[in-house]
Amino acid sequence: MERREFIKLVSAGAALAALPGCATTSGGRTIGRVVVVGGGYAGAAAAKYVRMWGPDIEVVLVERNAEFISCPLSNRVLAGVMSIQDLTRGYDQLGSKHGVKVVQDEVLAVDADKRTLKLAQGDTLSYDRLIVAPGINFMYEAIPGLNSAEAQQKVLHAWKAGPETVALRKQLEAMPDGGVYALTIPKAPYRCPPGPYERACQVAFYFKQHKPKSKVLILDANEDIVSKKGLFTKAWKDLYPGIVEYRNNSELVDVDAKTLTAKLQFDDVKADVLNVVPPQKAGKIAESAGLITANNRWCGVDFLSFESLAHKNIHVLGDSILAAPAMPKSGHMSNQHAKVCAAAVVALMHGEQVNADPMIANTCYSFVSDKEAVHVSSIHKYDTEKKTMVTVQGSGGLSSASSDIEGQYAEAWAHNIWADMLG
Amino acid sequence: MASAKYLLGLLALCAGTAHAGENLNSRNWAASCSACHGTNGHAVTGMAALAGVDKAYLVNTMLEFKSGKRPATLMHQIAKGYSDEQIGQIAEFFAKQKK
Repeated sequence: MERREFIKLVSAGAALAALPGCATTSGGRTIGRVVVVGGGYAGAAAAKYVRMWGPDIEVVLVERNAEFISCPLSNRVLAGVMSIQDLTRGYDQLGSKHGVKVVQDEVLAVDADKRTLKLAQGDTLSYDRLIVAPGINFMYEAIPGLNSAEAQQKVLHAWKAGPETVALRKQLEAMPDGGVYALTIPKAPYRCPPGPYERACQVAFYFKQHKPKSKVLILDANEDIVSKKGLFTKAWKDLYPGIVEYRNNSELVDVDAKTLTAKLQFDDVKADVLNVVPPQKAGKIAESAGLITANNRWCGVDFLSFESLAHKNIHVLGDSILAAPAMPKSGHMSNQHAKVCAAAVVALMHGEQVNADPMIANTCYSFVSDKEAVHVSSIHKYDTEKKTMVTVQGSGGLSSASSDIEGQYAEAWAHNIWADMLG
Repeated sequence: MASAKYLLGLLALCAGTAHAGENLNSRNWAASCSACHGTNGHAVTGMAALAGVDKAYLVNTMLEFKSGKRPATLMHQIAKGYSDEQIGQIAEFFAKQKK
């Protein structure tokens, strides 16, 4: 690299100019820079663990939001049992405790040949390895009537926790008793397989307390309930009789945002609150960087390192990847991707072999009421012949029944995983 | 030659502190548990802290989860995903961490 170019890259912008060298030995040198794009369950954990396992590696985390807001547990905001503040955490400890340089900015473009990123605020950032963890992007093109900012303000997704979660809660509060809340679910795969069914429980919980004549109508594009079927149907029957109605094979083809009508293939359904979870694909930056390799939607990776199948030196984590069989797009799974990737990145940066035998787990809790929760768990190991992760036979499973104790574990899960990624 | 030596020196300055002599497989497997049980086993609330816990106790607990002898909401399903050898290695990693 030309010296002039190097200086330009390093001195671009005050924030980047202040990048620490080797944070463990002040004044020492680092062996290279890893840039992580996206500070969610995957990205934040990757940034922390690369620093923890490779203290001689400089890590820059680029995240557009000032704070982290958890998607897991955010359905409870709709029930009124948690606030969005309860789900919000800062990024400060990644810097103060782990020496991660957190830059609040948005990545506009990746130059995989030059190994640079173009940031929205004008800076250019160079990397030796890049970890891309941008979550999901919505395919509004599949729902023409929802393909405008105006329509999207009326018909919310609330599938990225934050302002939309709060806005959906307000719509539910404003809905008169006797109204219909309709929730549409896209065909799998989508972020958080049990999430829509948990959402139905949480809205039904709110209705049962405050608007008992109201209905929750689930319009599911899938043939059947995608996750925790028996546990959810039991909750709807036992806890919310007459409130929750489930319809399968009900794919949304369009929306009339003005009249809050969900247009299905053979039917129109008018709602008082219409909540559309649109079909999804890998996050925008993963797409523009050319990392999508499957069905124009997801990013294929090598599961030993989570290195992209499209570009060397770029790793993709979390909901953006083409998942292995029976691997859900979940926050917990994203945390697990991050650790396999972090170990591999640290090894590769040191010119060492990547771990050949990764084992990861998924634990996913869903609240069926204000206090009771259910879970699904799985263990995944690398299969050398199939070159993918497979579930370990005989492991994993579901709750035998919903319970308060699992509700307490679900809350403890959240506090521990947030600390594991941010603390 | 001189520059290569210089480079190696730099590498030595920064590297080598994290995992000298450490079993990386155990470390990586244990990191999976950390999502619930805290980074390096330092749980913050509501879950069993594993850091610095006696290896034999950890192994025995996991084997009891695995066999069904110890009641659990979820850990019996997780324990069945690991061989006894893997459980032993993971337990050793957590036992070595400072409380």
